[in-house]
Amino acid sequence: MAQVEEVDKSLVWSGGNSPFRLSYGKQMMWFFLVSDALSFGGLLTAYGFARHSVESWPVAEKVFRALPFTDGDFPLIYVALMTFILIISSVTMVLAVEAGHRKHKKGVVNWLLLTVLGGAIFVGSQAWEWSHFIHGSHHGAVLTEQGWAYVAHLDYQYDDEGHVIMNGHHPELASIKLQFIDGGKYMLTGAEALASYQTAEKNEEGKLLLADGLGVPLNVVSDGDNVSALDIVVEGKIYRELEGAVGSDNWNELVALYEGSTAQIQGANLTENEYAPNAPAYADFFFFITGFHGFHVFSGVVINLLILIQVVKGTYDSRGHFEMVEKSGLYWHFVDLVWVFVFTFFYLI
Amino acid sequence: MIRDDLNKDAEYARSASHDEEHGVAIRKKIYKVTIILTLITILEVAVGIVWSRPVLGGESMSWLGIKLFYIILTIVKAGYIVLVFMHLGDEKKNFKWMILGPYILFILYLLFICITESSYISEVMRASW
Repeated sequence: MAQVEEVDKSLVWSGGNSPFRLSYGKQMMWFFLVSDALSFGGLLTAYGFARHSVESWPVAEKVFRALPFTDGDFPLIYVALMTFILIISSVTMVLAVEAGHRKHKKGVVNWLLLTVLGGAIFVGSQAWEWSHFIHGSHHGAVLTEQGWAYVAHLDYQYDDEGHVIMNGHHPELASIKLQFIDGGKYMLTGAEALASYQTAEKNEEGKLLLADGLGVPLNVVSDGDNVSALDIVVEGKIYRELEGAVGSDNWNELVALYEGSTAQIQGANLTENEYAPNAPAYADFFFFITGFHGFHVFSGVVINLLILIQVVKGTYDSRGHFEMVEKSGLYWHFVDLVWVFVFTFFYLI
Repeated sequence: MIRDDLNKDAEYARSASHDEEHGVAIRKKIYKVTIILTLITILEVAVGIVWSRPVLGGESMSWLGIKLFYIILTIVKAGYIVLVFMHLGDEKKNFKWMILGPYILFILYLLFICITESSYISEVMRASW
């Protein structure tokens, strides 16, 4: 590509050949990108610093599990899809640049249009992720006597005699589950109580009375006295309810622990978040890193759109080259490049 | 001097353009890189779903291995994007290293200093509890 050619010196700068045989615009774009990369490098390094300085940090697979149009549980799937869309929009951009080198205007228009579309989908997805992150889970996190706990399940009420009863389509699954964040414990409590009750008895409304146990098959994994895992089998499907240590062996005790909680966080803002009650910086970094990147994507979409309009108007045909597409392409690839790092350091590791 | 973005006959514009035949080879390379990047992303997510990071105090050797695996794959992905998509691999050698050299040096230094310092802070915080 870079062969030596005789150049009409009246057309180039007075120093002769352009430095590095690159145009001024392209060089400056590279210099801008290097400085911008340092901004992102700084943010990610600060993130690593904050994270290594504290005892615990949330696991992304446990925070980002939602997928639009579903209420299912898909750890990291949506963010992986966003990553893929951004990579593909980078591919369409490089194809637009390639078409520009052949002065194939129609090709440039089509590929650039797809790039703008991919970028817009990414920004929209980012907005959805933010909204989901800010609103938080169904029950949030609570501060109990035993420390902060994430409320994974919460479905109970009292009957006339003051017993705790469970509701739901699968009363044997509906329960109260607290996952403790502090004190080196990460656990699902409540399930051990099930192991001690093998027979079911229902009240008049068909709801299970806790004190009298449950009527579902249970597979108990134990080494003598200690229960280490408990599978509940419902319609042939196994639900692993309990792994590792258990703090409370009594439903009522657990309900009391929950009801005695002194603080509650739901969702996330700049001062507190339910994903990491002891590390508020987690949400700050989420907002700043993905926000700064999202703003880059947004401006990239706008720039690509403006250049697309110029291509359609024929500005670059009369100029004789499509180098402007290449310059905005550099910026767009950079936005993709940054996301590759954000994806690894914020979501995967 | 004529503004180089308006200069029709500027050397860079001529040297960057190619014919239809050459375009086929370039597109083939682009599709190859696309497949590589996609496969790496799929592999990363699959590993992420199968091996979850231990929540507390579980900085085990296997997790360290997975962490390294992610970092290496990320650098491979970044390399393909910068050298192929951004054409840095096709630019002049001294320009390529003017962009990459200082950045790599700076980031290695920053990584070293931040991991060292944050580990120290974490130790002090732990000791004060």
